[in-house]
Amino acid sequence: MIIQGKAWIFGNNIDTDLIVPGQYLMATLEEQAKHVFEAIEPSFVRNVKAGDIIVAGKNFGCGSSREMAPQVLKHLGIGCILAEDFARIFFRNAIAVGLPSLTVKGISEIDRGVDQISVSLDSGRVIVKSTGQEFFASPLPEKMREIINAGGIDGILKDLAKG
Amino acid sequence: MKQTMVEKVFSRKAGKDVRAGEYVVLPVDRAMCHEGFLLSCAKLIASGITKVWDPDKVVVVLDHYVPAPDVRMADAHVKIRKMAKQCGLKHYFGEREGICHQVMVEKGLARPGDLIVGTDSHTCTYGGLAAASTGIGTSEMAYVLATGDLWFLVPNSIQIMLNGKLPDRVYSKDISLALAGRFGSEFAQYRSIEFTGDLVKNLSIDSRLVLSNMSVEFGAKFGLFPVDGVTHDYMKSVGQQDIEELYPDNGAQYEYTYKFDVGNLEPMIALPHTVDNVKPVREVAGEKVDQVLLGSCTNGRLEDLRIAAGIMKGKEVAPSVRMYVYPASRQVMLQAMDEGIMQTLSASGAIICSASCGPCFGSQGGLLGSGEVCISSTNRNFKGRMGSPDAKVFLASPATIAASALTGKITDPREVA
Repeated sequence: MIIQGKAWIFGNNIDTDLIVPGQYLMATLEEQAKHVFEAIEPSFVRNVKAGDIIVAGKNFGCGSSREMAPQVLKHLGIGCILAEDFARIFFRNAIAVGLPSLTVKGISEIDRGVDQISVSLDSGRVIVKSTGQEFFASPLPEKMREIINAGGIDGILKDLAKG
Repeated sequence: MKQTMVEKVFSRKAGKDVRAGEYVVLPVDRAMCHEGFLLSCAKLIASGITKVWDPDKVVVVLDHYVPAPDVRMADAHVKIRKMAKQCGLKHYFGEREGICHQVMVEKGLARPGDLIVGTDSHTCTYGGLAAASTGIGTSEMAYVLATGDLWFLVPNSIQIMLNGKLPDRVYSKDISLALAGRFGSEFAQYRSIEFTGDLVKNLSIDSRLVLSNMSVEFGAKFGLFPVDGVTHDYMKSVGQQDIEELYPDNGAQYEYTYKFDVGNLEPMIALPHTVDNVKPVREVAGEKVDQVLLGSCTNGRLEDLRIAAGIMKGKEVAPSVRMYVYPASRQVMLQAMDEGIMQTLSASGAIICSASCGPCFGSQGGLLGSGEVCISSTNRNFKGRMGSPDAKVFLASPATIAASALTGKITDPREVA
């Protein structure tokens, strides 16, 4: 599967309070979505489109265990997240909700002016459209691939219920 | 095979020797939920799963929105109570007992050698009692509630060897902040930290829990202390016998070992807006504060309140400052009342609140307005976490925040009597 969209570029240590501030956690997903990145990138919510890709540095999603963080990004249409690395709980949560999140060494050196990029979820190949620059994602552990293939934990639970 | 503590726990659970880097599916000893229980249960119901795998192993504590701050949350609590009842949970504590992590340790529900998951990132706190405990999301918790097991990567381990004697008015919170400042907020990403060294035997369980709690702020999955006499005494005090021994083997494989002599450590403080933006308190002394927050799963235990009261006794909170105290649990509250700590703090002008997460993560009561400054004994100072994104939060020890409450500005606790 190929995901192609505008790259939204962020730095290191993007925490879960920046993604969804704590005070909105009990609001509906629609309401939470209005506040995503409001403290650091207010234009994000207005301009994000389905298929857009988040590109980040180290430790993306650090902080709380709130699953709303990947959930709300998925809700806004984010197709995948590419980062130098992820905070552990966010990474597990992103896979659990079916939001592909890939560790890509060197991706934070991408040119800030970059617009379109494409990502092959199968091969892990990342291509920057304007420059032709290439990166390769680390393969996901088999357990995580199983979860993504099942459509997230929801799919696995449905299989469990069927026995 | 020489093993780290985490390799021992995972090997015991797996029934075979496992090493760092392997993936394993393991049964958990406890599943701990706060209000996230609602979201996990909703997933089970949507999938047609009608019961939890073992009602005796599930713990539910309401703490993030207590007392319910609005009708939406009150309705959520109604649903949680109903589900807890339907599931026949043995360990449902409701709003009464306090912050989930403190309740887990006080009730003897986190034991050395246990493998525990919880719907909160600070679930790693029980590492202070040698339990391999860590945070997960609500979807993964739904899977655990249904099956009783979960997949794990056996993590690499980092040894932090703490040696020396802590100077006056320097505490385990200062050690945590110093580690964050020195190595950054992800030096232990996906790894298990094992705290060893001469200092450990002199650290109370309250102090150990601080270091384990803060381990997630460096990315760690676990922050483990070995079992020793202090652990045995504590477990006995919470009614637990037959304690499993857990310590690392000599020659266990660590990714690296950091030897930290705490003898020259100073009071430390994290500046806005990351936990690793750390300086000695004296370098930022004098910055005016509006709010002081004492409490949380990090530093709301009896030892913390005792330290703050020791500094504040007979003195007054600066008129320009509001100071909130959120004890970590009802039991901590009772003990603090017995010792006269709450009397001291209240007499000083502190506002005493009930045991809960309070404003730590911005859910209710005590939020910050634009341009305001808070010094807090909590664990995170992320932009916008405790209210306005234009507010600033500094993190420090109970001693430093107590000293700062008295002067109305950030103050090195060694500078006050």
